[in-house]
Amino acid sequence: MSVESSRSWTLRARQALDRHLPMDHLLPDRQPYYVGSWVYVFGVVTIAALVWVIVSGVVLSFFGPQWWHISSVGKFVNSLHFWSVQLFFISMVLHLWGQYFMAGWRNGRAATWMIGVFIFGISILTAFTGYLSQQNFDAQFIALNAKDAMNGAGIGAFFDVLNFGQMYGLHVMLLPIGVTFLVVAHIVMVRARGVVKPIDPEGARP
Amino acid sequence: MGQTQEDYYRGVRMVPYDLLKELAIALVGFGVLAILVALFLSSPDVPPVTIATWSQSDPVDFVTTATGELAGTTTSAGYGAPYNSTPDAYQHWGPFAPQAWFGVRIPIDSANAYVIEPLKYASISNSTVGAALSQWQAATADQQAKWLDAYTTALGNATVTNGTVTVASGDYGPLPSMMSGLLGVAQSGGLDGLLVTNGRFYQTDYTQPLLFIGDGGWFAGLAANQHLSGNLWGMMNETGLYPGQTWLWLYTMWYQVPPFTSDTGFLGLNASNADLGIIILMTVLTFLLALVPFIPVLRDIPRWLPIHRLIWRSYYTPQTKASGTAAKPVASSTPPSL
Repeated sequence: MSVESSRSWTLRARQALDRHLPMDHLLPDRQPYYVGSWVYVFGVVTIAALVWVIVSGVVLSFFGPQWWHISSVGKFVNSLHFWSVQLFFISMVLHLWGQYFMAGWRNGRAATWMIGVFIFGISILTAFTGYLSQQNFDAQFIALNAKDAMNGAGIGAFFDVLNFGQMYGLHVMLLPIGVTFLVVAHIVMVRARGVVKPIDPEGARP
Repeated sequence: MGQTQEDYYRGVRMVPYDLLKELAIALVGFGVLAILVALFLSSPDVPPVTIATWSQSDPVDFVTTATGELAGTTTSAGYGAPYNSTPDAYQHWGPFAPQAWFGVRIPIDSANAYVIEPLKYASISNSTVGAALSQWQAATADQQAKWLDAYTTALGNATVTNGTVTVASGDYGPLPSMMSGLLGVAQSGGLDGLLVTNGRFYQTDYTQPLLFIGDGGWFAGLAANQHLSGNLWGMMNETGLYPGQTWLWLYTMWYQVPPFTSDTGFLGLNASNADLGIIILMTVLTFLLALVPFIPVLRDIPRWLPIHRLIWRSYYTPQTKASGTAAKPVASSTPPSL
């Protein structure tokens, strides 16, 4: 490598990507034999549910927050969004418990675990703002109850659960971007390092 | 990254795997499942409450609430930050009082917002209301308080005739005329519009009308009928037989147990600062969960429990060869995942 090329940010970034995340890691066609457990499926079905959440959510946001209250097609898309969210959370919780009992943070994977926990937290916030954006009785009830928790902790001064515009904006834009970005980072980290080995039968802590 | 994936897996038997095929199967499978459930179970959509439906369905509750707003006795009137500056109306844990620190950021003057200002609009086309409002504003605070006390007491035995509220005869000053005018505006739907637009055309902030509706007893009664109340785990619930936000179970559970149900509490945390205490507790628990890899005992539990032996059964159950020596286990046919 010439001195000139070694100063190229682009070249160094590409070389780092090639080194840490080659295509056969990103899209592997072989895995360790011990990965044969249904527990591993919870991760991929969580992503599948998230895809359906995003697709149905994009359609709902395109037609606007009133649409699903007055259109049968809109009601169906909202139902699809609603149940995709339920499936997303069920899968994510199973994935989280699975990874806990596998101690999936071992061998340098602590950051992957931590990002996963933050995905869980931001997903809860995203779903919460979604429930507040429904423009129906549930949204009113949840907002009136939640305001006390938010205000009591000082959060309500900036995060007004009774303000539909603020909740809707967060729900359809900022929070989904946050979840998606962290999920991509989580997947890249899993693919870069590979899945963790089974816990040492001798009981040694890695 | 110090160790490469090749180093990490050195000596480990690798088996064929198709990542994209697995993702495609999951997408189709979950898509079909979500579509079927959406078609057959739909989703909840109970129409929202409006001030018009409230004032038409329970005029006495509406007038009692509006009178309370004028008297400053409702929840929102004495709420404190972020809506108004009621002294000592904030939650704190020792010196930790974020509700007070951030002050009044969403100012709401209940008497003016919910009664006086709407009546000014009503006065334009109703001289009786205009005269009553003038009389009210010209009276001393002491006189207003006497009228409010008497009228509030009388509302306890109020009756409804053709949508209007009638109380026993007494010295209530201009209050019956004021409240009759306000009730008329509310029943026509005008108060919904006034509180939402609040002087602007485009508006997406429902803080004012929602707080007003929440101050009344009618909305709480509807929520109780839908089995949504706080003692039934509050905002985790949803109308109908739908699952609601089940992922909030841990958060809402703390509202059901000591010290957050107790007046005396523990370490300064009790029912009076439960909202603040539970938010602090959940924040700590979230960070503990994130930091599990570094916390002794918590990070060791998976090693102590045999659940991982079920997950990696093929790894921990060596095949016995004919010679009786242990061999490497075979791979399962189950596809791996991310």
